Amino acid sequence: MSVALDRVSKRFGSFTALNEVSFDIEEGELVALVGPSGSGKSTLLRVIAGLERQDAGIVRIHGDDAAPLGPGDRRIGFVFQHYALFRHMTVFENVAFGLRVRPRRERPSGAEITRVVRDLLELVELGALGGRYPTELSGGQQQRVALARALAVQPRVLLLDEPFGALDARVRKQLRQWLRNLHDQVKVTTVLVTHDSEEACEVADRVAVMHEGRIAQIGTAKELAREPGTPFLGAFLESSPRKASGAPRPFGVAPGGTS
Amino acid sequence: MSTTSVPTAARHGIPPGARARRQTAHVPTSERDIARGVLITAALAYLFLSLGLPLFVVFHEAFKKGVGAYLTALRDPELLRALRLTLLVAGIAVPLNVTFGIAAAWAITKGKVRGRTLLIALADLPLAVSPVIAGLTFMLLFGMQGWFGPWLKAHDIQIAFTVSAVVLATIFVTLPFVARELIPLMEEQGVVEEEAAVTLGASGWQIFRRVTLPNIRWGLLYGVVLCNARAMGEFGAVSVVSGRIRGQTTTLPLHIEILYNEYDFTAAFAASSLLALLAVVTLAAKHLLERSHHVARARIIEEQHERES
Amino acid sequence: MMQTVPAGATTRASRARSVLPGVRITLGFTLAYLTILVAIPLSTLFVRSARMGWSGFLSAATSPRAIAAYRLSIGSSVTAALVNGVFGLLVAWVLTRYRFTGRAIADALVDLPFALPTAVAGVALTTLYSQNGLMGALLAPHGIKVAYTPLGITVALTFIGLPFVVRSVQPVLETLPGEIEEAAATLGADRWQTFLRVTLPALMPALVAGVSLSFARAIGEYGSVVFISGNMPGLTEIAPLLIMSKLEQYDYGGATAIAVVMLLVSAVILVSAGMIQRRAARRAA
Repeated sequence: MSVALDRVSKRFGSFTALNEVSFDIEEGELVALVGPSGSGKSTLLRVIAGLERQDAGIVRIHGDDAAPLGPGDRRIGFVFQHYALFRHMTVFENVAFGLRVRPRRERPSGAEITRVVRDLLELVELGALGGRYPTELSGGQQQRVALARALAVQPRVLLLDEPFGALDARVRKQLRQWLRNLHDQVKVTTVLVTHDSEEACEVADRVAVMHEGRIAQIGTAKELAREPGTPFLGAFLESSPRKASGAPRPFGVAPGGTS
Repeated sequence: MSTTSVPTAARHGIPPGARARRQTAHVPTSERDIARGVLITAALAYLFLSLGLPLFVVFHEAFKKGVGAYLTALRDPELLRALRLTLLVAGIAVPLNVTFGIAAAWAITKGKVRGRTLLIALADLPLAVSPVIAGLTFMLLFGMQGWFGPWLKAHDIQIAFTVSAVVLATIFVTLPFVARELIPLMEEQGVVEEEAAVTLGASGWQIFRRVTLPNIRWGLLYGVVLCNARAMGEFGAVSVVSGRIRGQTTTLPLHIEILYNEYDFTAAFAASSLLALLAVVTLAAKHLLERSHHVARARIIEEQHERES
Repeated sequence: MMQTVPAGATTRASRARSVLPGVRITLGFTLAYLTILVAIPLSTLFVRSARMGWSGFLSAATSPRAIAAYRLSIGSSVTAALVNGVFGLLVAWVLTRYRFTGRAIADALVDLPFALPTAVAGVALTTLYSQNGLMGALLAPHGIKVAYTPLGITVALTFIGLPFVVRSVQPVLETLPGEIEEAAATLGADRWQTFLRVTLPALMPALVAGVSLSFARAIGEYGSVVFISGNMPGLTEIAPLLIMSKLEQYDYGGATAIAVVMLLVSAVILVSAGMIQRRAARRAA
């Protein structure tokens, strides 16, 4: 069990973002969290990362309760929707960052860091761009740098918060496929948050649909398409950004059950 | 995804009301409580020492010899004359600079003139110049050896060392304040509303009064408050051009200098307390206006975002 | 006031001009106002300098007394600006990042040097730091004299420059995306590392701007300093005081020469600060 969530709840003021969410992610899986805006998927991701503290429930990473650990100690990698690259540093330095800030004892040598960074940049197919600054790169390239940066610290879990949300449709499709390939190569447990159900079904091993702070359904893409648990899910899974023109898709108010 | 745009505040799917008021995310990866406490204490201590104490000293010294002495000092006719002069000078300089500020902002932001950078740079210049140098330039113009010196003498007109010079110097020094507030504000607001008014047949003045003015209310007030504070408190430039003719060209700040140099501390600080009070009122007004200002600007920015997304 | 555009005609002029009325008149007024009140007065400095001839200008601008004044002015202004850089950053950080009682008052107080007349600040600071003043009495036993020394001048210049740094840094700090700090945290950096390597560099342009504004204001400051300095030539006479001195002796040429040197120094500082800022901002764009 790579990540285990046990009745995790989180409120913001009077708004309940997560309502006793429980589920498990297997080692090496790629799980997608889908749902409309407000369903709690980003909050759940951030709670796993340690960027938010849950109000109730336990988050376990590799069997250990993650509560005493901050985001830097949980061995997670986080990729933000708007890249969050350090603009004053080169691509190389961005990727090297996690290695440079290690405590003296654990810090790799300069040569070692260079090797790791170069290998990662090759992996994300940006080998020649190490000396550039983030603002000189396209959105897709920046996101790949962000990915390399997150992978540099050898995370046990990789968390992606709407990583392609800021990119245009064509680039999104390309990167989607590319992410899947990367995952097959690197095999790190990955959780992907997206509002795009098509993307989720294409990329992930399992898809968890969230609605109003709960997990409405989990299954493989095929399972979900065959047996959407509720009319709401059926409609949601059918919809995708491309098809959403004209009449708005009714998300409706569906009694979402936990799986 | 739904067809309506997602406002920025709902980034994590949280309705705007429940989210923290500030736009920046509360960074949960924040400093330990001890570190926070130390930093806050250090910052407040520094503010107290460097800013709070001087302010306190003004009132402390003013009332040192008792309330009676304080009031007597305030009733001194020379002080009152200096006060009147200060008010007069501000009363001329501020409206003039407000007019200038509005005109400049209108021409630059609604008129799309070329050379706007030059205009803005010129308007900002008085801020970059030492007040003593500002005073010097007016002496170079109107002093006996100045450009207009001989001409003025021939026509028996005196400008240097008179109230006129004081007014001119004050206008120079406070010139940028209103313009600097209005130009970015009106720039942000754009021209669409005014253009709509034109198509509806409104005249220039009507457009300004009914369309523009309500939108720039807070920025304008803010600029006026700052301009006034500076106008009433100007010292360096006025020092140079006034000749410090007691009772005639001494503004309140100059009068304070005279009193202080004569070791009449109670009177000097009594007069200072008036200006210090004005400063406190200015700060309060500034603070209150800033919030409305911010809210107005934030609303504009949010409307722009919604339009673009 | 209406600007009439001939019906149907789209001349180059009317296309380039705005459709809004009143632009011509406001532009005219603006130009006239700026010319009369800014351009002409400032140009007198250069005309007067030219009149002195090169050698006259140089001897006035580089007299020993003048050099001492420049050194003192620049030295104390730089020190004050740097002190403000450090403490201004601290204050801006605390005001932006933390919530505590009295925050609003502290925030408003920062602008005091803007709002308080320089003469009032001057007499208050002098009294505060004189031998039997509240602070002066505290420091005297340690042998630290503030009033009537260059240290006093620096203290006064620090007072008036603080808001420039705080107000330059605050807006940038407020809109700094929290994600870059979160990203640094997820990568294992502790708070101090995050601050040094990620936050501070992002704030650098604003900090540089604030510090240079603080310097520019300090170098020309008169009212706050004239009382606390004691005005001793060669010792505590800063450049604006020297100019004032020359004016009182009707030495307009001498005053002008020093004024021009001061303006050039300010211009150089502001331009180079602007360049540093732009270079840093380009990367962050």
